[in-house]
Amino acid sequence: MSAISMILVVIVAFFAGMEGILDQWQFHQPLVACTLIGLVTGHLTEGIMLGGSLQMIALGWANVGAAVAPDVALASVASAIILVQGGQGVHGVGSAVALAIPLAVAGLFLTMIVRTVSTAFVHLMDKAAKEGNSKMIDFWHYICLALQGLRIAIPAALLLVIPASSVRGMLAAMPDWLNDGMSIGGGMVVAVGYAMVINMMASREVWPFFIIGFVIAALSDLTLIAIGALGVALALMYLTLDKGGSNSGSNNGGSSNTGDPLGDILDDY
Amino acid sequence: MAEPVVSEKTISLSKKDRIKVAWRTQFLQGSWNYERMQNGGWCYSIIPAINKLYEKKEDRAAAYQRHLEFFNTHPYVTSPILGVTLALEEERANGAPIDDAAIQGVKVGMMGPLAGVGDPVFWFTVRPMLGALGASLALGGNIVGPILFFILWNIIRLATIWYTQEFGYKAGNAITDDLSGGLLQMITRGASMMGMFVLGALIERWVNIDFQPAVSKIQQQKGAYIDWNSLPSGKAGIHEALSQQAAGRSLDKVKVTTLQDNLDELIPGLVPLLLTFLCMWLLKKNVSPIVIILGIFVVGILGHVVGLL
Repeated sequence: MSAISMILVVIVAFFAGMEGILDQWQFHQPLVACTLIGLVTGHLTEGIMLGGSLQMIALGWANVGAAVAPDVALASVASAIILVQGGQGVHGVGSAVALAIPLAVAGLFLTMIVRTVSTAFVHLMDKAAKEGNSKMIDFWHYICLALQGLRIAIPAALLLVIPASSVRGMLAAMPDWLNDGMSIGGGMVVAVGYAMVINMMASREVWPFFIIGFVIAALSDLTLIAIGALGVALALMYLTLDKGGSNSGSNNGGSSNTGDPLGDILDDY
Repeated sequence: MAEPVVSEKTISLSKKDRIKVAWRTQFLQGSWNYERMQNGGWCYSIIPAINKLYEKKEDRAAAYQRHLEFFNTHPYVTSPILGVTLALEEERANGAPIDDAAIQGVKVGMMGPLAGVGDPVFWFTVRPMLGALGASLALGGNIVGPILFFILWNIIRLATIWYTQEFGYKAGNAITDDLSGGLLQMITRGASMMGMFVLGALIERWVNIDFQPAVSKIQQQKGAYIDWNSLPSGKAGIHEALSQQAAGRSLDKVKVTTLQDNLDELIPGLVPLLLTFLCMWLLKKNVSPIVIILGIFVVGILGHVVGLL
């Protein structure tokens, strides 16, 4: 890997680290981070495919309140670097996905450390506030943010220093049954992310939508966009009917004017 | 304070000031800490407005300090709260009797309910959906996947930040009453319906489990399979084989039905669905997601070794 590629990888890692806490531009999401690392190292296709696989697993990972989710930033960046260094091309995606999981846990500990260290900097902000010095408040805020960036950039740089041949040797040493088994596990592990999301959202009102979605997906001709459009339409219909019901007091009041001329004609017919 | 008459001239925040604040909210979580969470980022965001509204150093110092109190909500719905706070600070700078407790009260009063909107809408509906859309394209190595995800997400995000901040600023105090009202609740409800619908579809499509064991092997009757030995040679043979296959003949003499084929006859995706339910149950029992993930990998490897998966 050329020096320029290495520098760019570290910069991508730094951004992923900052976004890991900010959660705004989504540079830390696998889809973006792995693609960027693939781009700067000249392995774009592998990067995109790894990003897609990891994104599927990480769909439901989110920081809610003070709870910290497994860290996608380190998982995406480090596994993308390993994929590139391993030199197995597209075939390496399966094992890179499996490696991402322990990395996500490691990243989780790193962010918890930085979040604790930030507590000290906030006290320095208090001091700056007392003195009426807004420049110093800004400064300490940037320092905390930079620490979050370094949290990913430093491990990324370390991974780059390890010679590609030893990464390759390590990956080649993995037997086929382990590789295939990990790919199979990767296909199932997606369910955990979905389960997390469902646990957050499920209520008696929304379960029917889940059932319809599940059944409709079996029609393999429908793309995800088409399914999404159906979902929007169903939700809108439900909300409209629900609102109409509570406003007029009585639903299904017979042949009342529903505002739909065609419907009225059919009703009268 | 020497002036006896209150000055007619009122200070107000220009659009440029409000844009500066909206830009800075993007860094809200930069100094996230376990003590007061987003307090540093909140203060950082509002600094341009404070510096515009208050001239005197002690007023500024007091303002910085009151905005370093505990704060935590979903990062994007911080914007409407900031909008309201900007309106309050503006009135205060113009001499209205708004004390620290009132401002803190608005912040705390809004952050809870709004986090309850932001988390399900952004983290559990919009991002999983855009992520799944992008990922399904990316799995085939298509660059459109990541680009689509990145652009759509950021358009939605930036629009939310700017317009809800403006809404909060214009509505001022009134928004606090508005929040408990219908609209936001409807957005949350609609988003969860939509989210659950798509989740159902995603589980069917993207959780892959394929049981390998063969349940039955049946010798088929003559005519139900392609008899490779009686085909003409060369191109004509390929043509004949393809047209026979199109006519519904199977490729092999022995028809193998795997366990997966049997399960698919019930409904495709049944096992993924059961696996998801199992994960939900485990999560409710407070099993860590990481443990479940590692467990699934172990099952995948063991299942493959014994020939089940």
